[in-house]
Amino acid sequence: MANTGSSFAKPGVVVGQPFWLLAELTYRCPLQCPYCSNPVDFAKQGTELTTDEWIDVFRQARDMGAAQLGFSGGEPLVRQDLAQLIKASRDMGYYTNLITSGIGLTEKRIAEFAEAGLDHIQISFQAADEEVNNMLAGSRKAFAHKLEMARAVKAHGYPMVLNFVTHRHNIDSIDRIIELCIELEADFVELATCQFYGWAELNRAGLLPTKAQLERAERITSEWREKLEAQGHPCKLIFVTPDYYEERPKACMNGWGNLFLDITPDGTALPCHSARQLPVQFPNVRDASLKHIWYESFGFNRFRGYDWMPEPCRSCDEKEKDFGGCRCQAFMLTGNAENADPVCGKSEHHGIILAAREEAEMAALGMDQLQYRNEKASRIIAKV
Amino acid sequence: MTVALHQTPVFRRGYRFQFEPAQDAHVLLYPEGMIKLNGSAAEILKQVDGQRDVAAIIAALEAQFPGFPTLKDDVVEFIEVACGKHWIELR
Ligand code: SF4
Ligand code: SF4
Repeated sequence: MANTGSSFAKPGVVVGQPFWLLAELTYRCPLQCPYCSNPVDFAKQGTELTTDEWIDVFRQARDMGAAQLGFSGGEPLVRQDLAQLIKASRDMGYYTNLITSGIGLTEKRIAEFAEAGLDHIQISFQAADEEVNNMLAGSRKAFAHKLEMARAVKAHGYPMVLNFVTHRHNIDSIDRIIELCIELEADFVELATCQFYGWAELNRAGLLPTKAQLERAERITSEWREKLEAQGHPCKLIFVTPDYYEERPKACMNGWGNLFLDITPDGTALPCHSARQLPVQFPNVRDASLKHIWYESFGFNRFRGYDWMPEPCRSCDEKEKDFGGCRCQAFMLTGNAENADPVCGKSEHHGIILAAREEAEMAALGMDQLQYRNEKASRIIAKV
Repeated sequence: MTVALHQTPVFRRGYRFQFEPAQDAHVLLYPEGMIKLNGSAAEILKQVDGQRDVAAIIAALEAQFPGFPTLKDDVVEFIEVACGKHWIELR
């Protein structure tokens, strides 16, 4: 491998330990969500790491300080060696998390994973998840498998995190979502707005909630929080505030390559799971040691420190707080990953964010009305 | 939350207490997170085995660390806080 041996480490930049290891075991998945965050060309990716290769990665990361290990995908349940991987990593002292859609989960496998030492199961409900829509529409039947699996997870003594991705068409039902999660005895509930699709798609799909919707959802969540606290209820609600109604971006993952290490099915190492879209060459665990990858590779050092920043970040006194925001968002929206995250009011591209906010308000009129207006407008023009 | 001496603390399901060499500290791991513990918190949590009640934990710590007059109160207070945070539960 070209970069083995050479070091791109930046002098004077203190690098944290890769505390969080995300193992994307496979891109295979029984579902085909139109909004999948997996790469479109996943069929062209290299072959999946073998059981032994994964275990070697776990060992190396553990020695470097990793304590949390997440198994995800695709759908990680597709990997037949999952129990073996859980056992190996649990024996190394990892806290093991399974992140699944619940499709393909059975009582038998839940028991098998418990035996292997799995610590926690997170069931994710994607925004485009038909089952969520069924649930919100009141059809519990189509939703039954997920509910059944959530109950089985609790019955086997696991703590459970339920993760709901919300958007403008379901966020108003947040009260019912929380109610259901509590009924299922979730220990943690993560409520996140679907931001990762990227702005353009978000708008095209008409998914961006309005500011009023968001504020309402946040208010309802904190009312629930107070209620639960008053009861001494252990369930914790985590409302992930999206940043598109902010004037400053979020600090991404505590900085580039500083906490989080993602390994894709073919062994490519990434500092964040959406980083694969960036025009940056990332190393592979088949070619270099994890230590070299983390501390010395080009990809992991690309946005460390501050020397890569152009203006306005370069001379900004807030750069140590937010690191200029999200590199992927900057790339997606401005075409240059070095730019300030356009969420920032100081960014010359902030207009994109303002336009999207405005569109969210406009779209609330409904597509038909908008089209009607255009049609009428064009007729008036034609008359003149 | 008031703690009675005859109650037995246990870790909440999904909360794991262990030593992390990379942190050179005891930590509490839970779904997707970790709390790094200071020395006294670690000493108290080491005693949490699902068998010993609060009184027994205090006795064990008093034997181990004699000459700390506030030890009993400190332990009770810590257990109260840990219960409030739902790290441990009382049986
Ligand atoms: S379930 Fe997840 S991995 Fe599978 S297609 Fe949907 S979003 Fe993608
Ligand atoms: S200019 Fe850059 S560093 Fe400053 S607040 Fe905006 S994004 Fe952050």
